[in-house]
Amino acid sequence: MKQTAMKPDAETTVLELKNLTTEFITKKGAFRAVDDVSLELHAGKTLCVVGESGSGKSVMSRSILQIVDPPGQVTGGEALLHRHRTARTGGFEETIDLLQLDPKSKAIRNLRGRDIAMIFQEPMSSLSPVHRIGDQVGEAIRLHEAVSKKEARERTLELLRKVEIPDPGKAIDQFPFEFSGGMRQRAMIAMALSCNPTVLIADEPTTALDVTIQAEILDLIRSIQDESDMAVMFITHDMGVVAEIADEIAVMRFGKVVETGDVYEIFENPQHHYTQRLLNSVRELDHPSERRLAMRETRPVGAPILVSDKVSKVFGASKKWWGKENRGLTAVNEAKLELRKGENLGIVGESGSGKTTLGRCLQRVHEVTDGRILYTNDTGQERDLASLTEDQLAQPWRDIRTVFQDPFSSLNPRMTIGQIIAEPLIVEGKLTGPQIRDRVHELLELVGLPVTAYMRYPHAFSGGQRQRVSIARAIAPNPRIIIADEATSALDVSLRTQILDLLLDLQERLDLSFILISHDIAVIRYFCDRIAVMYRGQIVETGDTETVCQNPQHAYTQSLLSAVPVADPRVRGQKQRVRYSESSQRT
Amino acid sequence: MTTKSEIDPRALEQSPEDFASQWRLIWLAFRRHKLAMTGAIIILLLYVIGLFAEFLAPFDPNATSSSDIFHPPQMIRFIDRDAEGGWSFSPHVIAMTMERDSFTLETSYALDPDKKIYLDFFAKGDPYELWGLFPMERHLLTTENPDEHFFLFGADRLGRDMLSRTIFGTRVSMSIGLIGVSLSLVLGLILGGISGFYGGRVDMFIQRVVELVISLPTIPIWLGLSAALPQDWSPLARYFAITVILSLVAWTELARVVRGRFLALRTEDFVTAARLDGGSRKRVIFRHMMPSMVSHIIASVTLAIPVMIIAETSLSFLGLGLTPPIISWGVLLKEAQNIRSISEAPWLFVPGGAVVIAVLALNFLGDGLRDAADPYSQDNH
Repeated sequence: MKQTAMKPDAETTVLELKNLTTEFITKKGAFRAVDDVSLELHAGKTLCVVGESGSGKSVMSRSILQIVDPPGQVTGGEALLHRHRTARTGGFEETIDLLQLDPKSKAIRNLRGRDIAMIFQEPMSSLSPVHRIGDQVGEAIRLHEAVSKKEARERTLELLRKVEIPDPGKAIDQFPFEFSGGMRQRAMIAMALSCNPTVLIADEPTTALDVTIQAEILDLIRSIQDESDMAVMFITHDMGVVAEIADEIAVMRFGKVVETGDVYEIFENPQHHYTQRLLNSVRELDHPSERRLAMRETRPVGAPILVSDKVSKVFGASKKWWGKENRGLTAVNEAKLELRKGENLGIVGESGSGKTTLGRCLQRVHEVTDGRILYTNDTGQERDLASLTEDQLAQPWRDIRTVFQDPFSSLNPRMTIGQIIAEPLIVEGKLTGPQIRDRVHELLELVGLPVTAYMRYPHAFSGGQRQRVSIARAIAPNPRIIIADEATSALDVSLRTQILDLLLDLQERLDLSFILISHDIAVIRYFCDRIAVMYRGQIVETGDTETVCQNPQHAYTQSLLSAVPVADPRVRGQKQRVRYSESSQRT
Repeated sequence: MTTKSEIDPRALEQSPEDFASQWRLIWLAFRRHKLAMTGAIIILLLYVIGLFAEFLAPFDPNATSSSDIFHPPQMIRFIDRDAEGGWSFSPHVIAMTMERDSFTLETSYALDPDKKIYLDFFAKGDPYELWGLFPMERHLLTTENPDEHFFLFGADRLGRDMLSRTIFGTRVSMSIGLIGVSLSLVLGLILGGISGFYGGRVDMFIQRVVELVISLPTIPIWLGLSAALPQDWSPLARYFAITVILSLVAWTELARVVRGRFLALRTEDFVTAARLDGGSRKRVIFRHMMPSMVSHIIASVTLAIPVMIIAETSLSFLGLGLTPPIISWGVLLKEAQNIRSISEAPWLFVPGGAVVIAVLALNFLGDGLRDAADPYSQDNH
């Protein structure tokens, strides 16, 4: 259990929100992003604020420090910061209402970073690219405390050591671009900790990171909290992360807090139906879909229809004029893979592992540097896609379709939903105008969208609905294979199962085979029969999903699986973390 | 799928914007931009003035009058009071008479309160042919007596009415911008499009050409090229030659804009999707990429027109662009080059004011269009 230094028995409230309300003033009237939120933060405890996108959790956290972007405005409530008797505050207690302070005043600037520090989601943009790491961390110290440059540098070194940045002596003089995403987030944490804040607000600090790095950052935040007596407000949408780190939970929805409570209570006995649904959709994802297993009983998996035979893809390789050779970047290295008829194949890997490139190569969106892609069409004829030209690919492209990751950039904003779905049919030129319209109506129904969507533009739809449109476009020309590249990553967790179920439903009706590319093991486990694990352009392990998940053979797969947070606070800390690095493998 | 997701109670009810096309959204965003709307109205007015110059101008812009040399501007009065104190609506100006100092021979004008020159709307005045087609006599506002003159903007050294001349100058100056930009748009679209779509060596080559053209100092090039025009060309031929010269330099900016949009769009998922839908290259470009670019191109074109207008003005001001009898704002400003006009006839700078208004209005309009071109980039709560 946590050790509270001063008052080991009682919970010390350090930050208290009372009826906090933040509104965005628009032409159509005020939009309540945060609606009457009351919360308490206790010293040495972590409060996880959970909610789906648009639930107002980020705006809420920004309202505390009054850094909401206009037209957002805190319109009511209190945010009370209780300063307790510590050595630093000079032995007297006081309570400050942060919302009474002028957002531009010196008083609130003194509090920002010193009493309440913040970490943001995007480590790539929250550090200044033109200043050294040490200067940026040191600046935070020097702004709030009268220390000399030398002293600040020493403290910075110590902080970098504390956040486990290797070789702090060298790192202090490096620039952010020399750091990886995880290292930058560590530097951000160091900056946030520089003045020993009483409250740390972390706004989705691990969302942009790979799971293995996420696990390390979570470990770090917890260990720092154990040493100090800091209260942490951790904002996330990931129930796995919540189970890993929370002491208390506040569930937010539509700007309101619907449920608060102890982490064990909420996970075991959620009261609000929304919390129950949220937990259900997470737990559902942790197991293979029963629907899929039932389907495989009646419909056995057939022969391989898409085979990747030692496919390699090198970007940027060229022979320079004066004979100097540019070796380029090998994104995919001799990938061997086969998709059988009627099965779902998952490709899992972290960012930069080459999984997306492999997917695009299989479809021949990219040219292939080396290797063969053997596609067997419905007449049983085998063709090598690797050598075809774009004109010859027209037919294979009708058989192999894509669902894109980003539901916002994959639909042309200037076309109506009807036009977007009809496009492959129009180009094919087999159907007449009215026939195409009927077919589009049929497709809309298949993916669970109202027929009225036909005349609307993409901007009228939410992310989940857009993804359905994308699926409708994919199945329009009666394809046989669908490559879904992170098709659910941009969606909230409750929508993920919906979309995956829709895909399974379509598989049953239309006899499809899927390749699902994802970084999320849970999604793959739910949806895929077989799995291929990619690491740095190579497929390191393939096999049945359950076999691989329960008994991973390759060291990288082991580390990946051990880093995935489990949505159950009871198993917290029981799992043995395996760390994988290539150098340790070589020696 | 069976569970319908609940609806956010705060969500504002479904707006008609859901069905709005891209163009409608752009228009909505543009309308919110007050300055740009003002600019648009002014530009529209200027082009209307240019179009109906003959009708709107009170007099023939080339009619000289030796008795009105450097006649100062007059105030127009709408209410006429007679001796008994009654009043009636009849627009008029109070006449000015020229006096010559017998010793210095300096001329000066003095108000002659007893003599009023009455004006009339849609009265018959100098005959003209509208657009060279329809012979007409009526003007929007001219004197009741065709032998009298009035000068709202004053007169120049030959006694020509500056108001009429500025109105005629609007036609040439505003159209040279439009025609010049459409020429450079054709060049920019083709070269920028090729450069952006094919990439690689073609792109490399075209971009180096663009850089070469940009690096040339424009004023000397214009000077050189227009000095090379044969002096015996007709004013019309000269006008077109100048437009070509101006657009030869101006296409580079547009080519870059087009190329940039192409490169940005090429990586968009929806363009890849269009390729995978089996669309031919032509279809992908014209059906899927072009509509996303048009609004941006219109915005940059609007911003290119004022550059053209300024360029024409500077060339004509230096005496190397258009020459009389063609009237443009630059040609008119050439008259105001010497110290005498500054001290004695500052109203000769009126065309300069017209240039400022036109350029500012076009810039506001272009800025507004550019902001509105991407309606999704704004906060649409």
